[in-house]
Amino acid sequence: MNIWIDLFLAFSKIGIFGFGGGLAMLPIIFQAAKGFGIEDPHEFGNLVAISQVTPGPLAINAATYVGYYSDSFGGAFAATLGVALPSFVMVVAVSYFVEKFKQSKIVQGALSGVRPVTVGLVASAGYFMLSGILGDLNVVSVGILIGTILLAGKWKINPFLLIIAAGVIGAVLIR
Amino acid sequence: MYLELFVTFFKLGLFTIGGGMAMIPLLKDEMVNKKKWLTDEEMLDCLSISQGLPGVIAVNMATYIGYRKKGPLGSLIATVGVITPSFIAIILVIEVLEQVSGSPYVKGAIAGIKIVATALILLATYQVGRHALKNALHYIMAIATFVAVSVLSLNAVYAILAGCAIGIAIKFINNRKSAEDQEIIGSEKSKEINEMEDENEYMD
Repeated sequence: MNIWIDLFLAFSKIGIFGFGGGLAMLPIIFQAAKGFGIEDPHEFGNLVAISQVTPGPLAINAATYVGYYSDSFGGAFAATLGVALPSFVMVVAVSYFVEKFKQSKIVQGALSGVRPVTVGLVASAGYFMLSGILGDLNVVSVGILIGTILLAGKWKINPFLLIIAAGVIGAVLIR
Repeated sequence: MYLELFVTFFKLGLFTIGGGMAMIPLLKDEMVNKKKWLTDEEMLDCLSISQGLPGVIAVNMATYIGYRKKGPLGSLIATVGVITPSFIAIILVIEVLEQVSGSPYVKGAIAGIKIVATALILLATYQVGRHALKNALHYIMAIATFVAVSVLSLNAVYAILAGCAIGIAIKFINNRKSAEDQEIIGSEKSKEINEMEDENEYMD
């Protein structure tokens, strides 16, 4: 019972403070998941990799993953509820003041200020991921890393195809 | 109607893979053109609320549209709909992985996926940064966030609060410059300045 409350509170931070989409939320997710079995960048990398290839919003997947690992179905439910419930309350409240919300100087200011912060947060997520795979870098993994950046960045190949391809290459070559 | 809400948002959850932004045009088409649940304008409201509020964007959209169509219960059903695919898929994946965790092929596949995920995040940093960072202050804020969260292991929530506070302060300062008659609530102003000063400590 206690762990459900802990999971709920830890993951409600994502619902309350998570701006800028799934990738920018990753550092908050990492910090929330510490104490629930995701202790180092290596385990965090597994969490992100699995959340990325599984259908569903990244933060919801991550919450379900951490919750399920900590305490099975009850844990998964508590963590996911933690992410979703703040949205529920805020969206319903704000839906009564749509115009005021859109024109509010405070909202506009806060959003413009949070945007550069999300860039730093995505960079931090990259740093955590990178430090998680740094231990086992070799020709194949560096090749995949650079290949992905070129294929997705320059030639706009669908990231999901790249994920599948890397899974196959990894199964054959990394083992 | 409730069932339709559930199914629509179940699909939204199911097809959100690796970044929800790709879903927005699809959802818009379904809501505005096919189902006619929302007008163009209502859809814009939905988007500005979903992106302007914290939380998962797909969950925010589900809550908003569910509430618009069918009140609190509709909102609950749409939200449960958008979350259910994640719930089922992640639990399945964990259970299957546990069965095959000894396999070197599976380990290799996960290692490969991890590298792509890393590369995509590094790429996203560049892509988001190119659009979001427009002046020196933005660069300083992004770098300060990175240092605070990655190097100093500070709570990422502080960086977000700091960003909000700085953004609000700048908005009000600019407003005061451009319009003399702008009313500014004193107490809020001083609160923000205090917050900014708090932030500056760790930004240095």
